Amino acid sequence: MATAELQAEALLTVREESYLLIVWRRFRRHRVALMGAVILLAFILIAALAPWIAPYDPYAQNLLLKNAGPSPAHWLGTDELGRDVLSRLIYAARISLAVAFVVTLISQTTGALIGAISGYFGGWVDNLIQRVVDFMLTLPLLPLLLTISALLSDVTIPGLTREWSSVVIIILVLSVFGWMGSARLVRGVVLSLREQTFTEAARALGMSDLQIVIRHMIPNAMAPIIVSATLSLGTVIILEAALSFLGFGVQPPVPTWGNMLNNAQADMWTQPFKAIIPGFCIFLTSLSFNFVGDGLRDALDPRLKR
Amino acid sequence: MQRDGRDILLDVRDLRTYFFTEDGVVKAVDGVSFHVRRGEILGLVGESGCGKSVTSLSIMRLITPPGRILGGQVLFDGIDLLKLPEPEMVRLRGSRISMIFQQPVSCLNPVFKVGDQIAEVFQVHEGVSRVEGWRRAVELLRMVGIPDPERRAHSYPHELSGGMAQRVMIAMALALGPELLIADEPTTALDVTIQAQILDLMRELQRRMHTAIILITHDMGIVAEMCDRVAVMYAGQIIEEADVQTIFTNPQHPYTRGLLGSIPVMGVVRPRLDTIPGTVPNLINLPPGCRFAPRCQARLEHQARLGNRCLEENPPLIHTGPGHQVRCWLYP
Repeated sequence: MATAELQAEALLTVREESYLLIVWRRFRRHRVALMGAVILLAFILIAALAPWIAPYDPYAQNLLLKNAGPSPAHWLGTDELGRDVLSRLIYAARISLAVAFVVTLISQTTGALIGAISGYFGGWVDNLIQRVVDFMLTLPLLPLLLTISALLSDVTIPGLTREWSSVVIIILVLSVFGWMGSARLVRGVVLSLREQTFTEAARALGMSDLQIVIRHMIPNAMAPIIVSATLSLGTVIILEAALSFLGFGVQPPVPTWGNMLNNAQADMWTQPFKAIIPGFCIFLTSLSFNFVGDGLRDALDPRLKR
Repeated sequence: MQRDGRDILLDVRDLRTYFFTEDGVVKAVDGVSFHVRRGEILGLVGESGCGKSVTSLSIMRLITPPGRILGGQVLFDGIDLLKLPEPEMVRLRGSRISMIFQQPVSCLNPVFKVGDQIAEVFQVHEGVSRVEGWRRAVELLRMVGIPDPERRAHSYPHELSGGMAQRVMIAMALALGPELLIADEPTTALDVTIQAQILDLMRELQRRMHTAIILITHDMGIVAEMCDRVAVMYAGQIIEEADVQTIFTNPQHPYTRGLLGSIPVMGVVRPRLDTIPGTVPNLINLPPGCRFAPRCQARLEHQARLGNRCLEENPPLIHTGPGHQVRCWLYP
């Protein structure tokens, strides 16, 4: 007993630091990912503090000063209705990021749950779910999203104006078509977890299938889920921008980077920076999310020690 | 000693579990019958692949495809578990029948603290809060002899040694005071010194809680130390059953004798330990006769009397003494 105690004591001191700390240290070594994280943090801060940072109300029009170039009063000039471009850019970060986070939350959670059920139960359940996933993955995403958004463009959600309804609708549409990746991923993880002894032990201790899926399978698949969610954030930003740019996404006057790009088209040749800057924001966030995802993938990899 | 007495806790009758694989039907458990009395330790002994684990998983109804329980009865306290609806079976597992396994560390979920995992048993079965579950988990850890249980409850499974992890598993299995514990080679993966500690712990708790145990093992030394009665399995069938003294003093089946001949006895000098030649038969294409016949030395010695019977006809399990049954043509 005494030796066992000593041994246990030694083991405990070796590993006082938490898992999160180890992950952070590994992540920190990934320079590009760290840079991505800093950029994202900046964007998130700007989005969160928009009302205090933005110099003007992003909806306030000043028709006397429309299509103005940069000036000390309007750093990035004004748009065709005389609204301050910088303020709109800052508020757009809010919408774009919020859409990305909500869509990712919904689609990844559903995907993980569906994938876990598929992998855990196997048999015809698995077969059915995987065929649905196959089917949805073969659909050409952008044309389909365009069609659906166009069909739903006149729908307004009670209590919301038409523009804000478009935000909710785009969230729903993107969520419906975004869960397959994480379903596949989690299914794969669960397939291997299912064969492990602790699953059998949990069943022997009287846990029901659903309890095992939720309390044992999904927590074990958390690392790949986090990585996939991070990568999904980048994809959603681009998709939302694409739809909004084409006029089927978030409707003006609610600003997003996508519809600002659209607005900037008219002055493309005279004031190219009005298109370049929102485009650069889209590029930068989506790239940062991808870098952070890569970094997390390495940092959370359980096979690596420290 | 009568079979239908009130003290019978578990009565397995003619259990058959087959695995339908691509190569054919594997008759892993083929007509197994035995019983366990309340508070006793039954040893289920045999080589790897003889169907011990499948028997125990069948009792728990944890057989997954391609395996299937084809027939028989598992009467637990008078209820046929094989006919019980799944939700009731789920409730029974862990509360009235529990199981511990060979690889204790891999039985624990790697991402949760052991305290949470033990607490979960209470949460799932009794709907208590996490805090209350945790408090009782710490108590249990103390009961199974884990030093500094308050701190230890915060450990993750990979921080535990095999012996510690098996103590945790025992704590979880006995948390709700089950009437039956199935221990599937609980000490095989542990160091010898730790083995003895775990066995001592199991016996102590068994006495205190009056839990019946089915102890699955291939180690006759553990059987001698722990068990009240022994059932010897071979190729999916019980081939001998008796109380522990009888098995060691008067083993009747040639296979049982072979098992006992393969362990060293203190004070007895033998040039080499006996071995049983050959391996367990392929459970897909079983020989028509006695399943042990191809490896049986006694068959050759008694060929004059038995002729080819051993190869042609599988012997029935017959009583050769009080509580002593054997499946061999040498008897009566």
